Amino acid sequence: MSKNSNLKVFLNGFINENPTFVLILGMCPTLATTSSAINGLSMGLATTFVLLGSNLVISLLKNIIPDNVRIPAYVVVIATFVSVVEMSMQAYLPALYDSLGIFIPLIVVNCIVLGRAEAFAAKNTVLKSSLDGLGMGLGFSMALTMLGTIREILGTGKAFGLTLFPDKYGMLIFVLAPGAFIALGYLIAVMSKLKKA
Amino acid sequence: MAQLESSFKNMVLVLSGIALFAAGTLASMYEFTKAPIAASKVAKQQNAIKEVLPAFDHLGEPVKIADGNENMVVHKAFDAKNEFVGAAVETSSNNGFAGKIVIMVGFDKEGSIVNYSVLEQKETPGLGTKMLDWFKTNKGNQSIIGKNPAIANLTVSKDGGEVDAITASTISSRAFLFSVRNAYHAFVSNKDEVVATANDTIQIN
Repeated sequence: MSKNSNLKVFLNGFINENPTFVLILGMCPTLATTSSAINGLSMGLATTFVLLGSNLVISLLKNIIPDNVRIPAYVVVIATFVSVVEMSMQAYLPALYDSLGIFIPLIVVNCIVLGRAEAFAAKNTVLKSSLDGLGMGLGFSMALTMLGTIREILGTGKAFGLTLFPDKYGMLIFVLAPGAFIALGYLIAVMSKLKKA
Repeated sequence: MAQLESSFKNMVLVLSGIALFAAGTLASMYEFTKAPIAASKVAKQQNAIKEVLPAFDHLGEPVKIADGNENMVVHKAFDAKNEFVGAAVETSSNNGFAGKIVIMVGFDKEGSIVNYSVLEQKETPGLGTKMLDWFKTNKGNQSIIGKNPAIANLTVSKDGGEVDAITASTISSRAFLFSVRNAYHAFVSNKDEVVATANDTIQIN
């Protein structure tokens, strides 16, 4: 039973409770960083790391954190992980750091991270919380990569930087904010249709 | 283990403990990444200088100019015969849409813009971030390459200038062009000294 339910916890984040398509959480980085597939993917992976780390630490600490101060405690833990990601990225992946810019420190206020800490890690075992963090993070990465790929192809004619058709046929709107909303809306529609089927 | 009670003592202890631990982690992480971050910044600066200048042999000592709020650095370049070929000027602006914009502009010895490179910016992704190559793309009036700020009016067309602003990012474009003009002033005010004392080190602080 336990192995099965662990797998279920892990897979939860991909389809059933995908943070972007089903929970509709973390829309700010979703809309802002998906102007290209690579940016979406890296934003997703950075968030995954933070989710995994914060879920793990919070589930370890859940019993010693008094209820009344749990939110500030969670935020400190999350902010620590985000700063670690930010500094490592600045040190070893400066180009990526430049393109994601302000959205890396903003992972702190990403509601997926705090949401999973509060809704899952505070109530479950360390193993399950880690799996949940990993699953949710990868689900988020998957969603961001899909959105980024669609916007990059329609907007600039490229996918992961490879040119598929000339730039001039690209629709600029898909690189800009309205295109993000349109693409996200259609993706959510398709995903919920698939989920029902 | 049952959950700790929310008494004043417990709350203070736990929060302080977590905060201390977080502070320790971050401090060690900061120490650990300090050198690589500094190294990547220097590498970026060196690459930027190479990118924005005509072919050169060696650089003079950087000249730092503090002009009110803007800190500018002029890197002079010389060819193998110690002839002045141009200078790269690093300058910044706080008038962007978000945070500081740091750019490096290269001028040849006549003062025409050879190329530029954006070192640091936090503009809106997909809009203001286009400054990375917008102003070097030869399309419409958007390119500033080859223009001499002494002759050309390098402001956005909305302000009566002759440069097309980035679509939907006039603020970023203004800040960028402001820095370019500042860089030119720094270049001009240093040019005489630069040429006269080709191989000397000048430090203006």
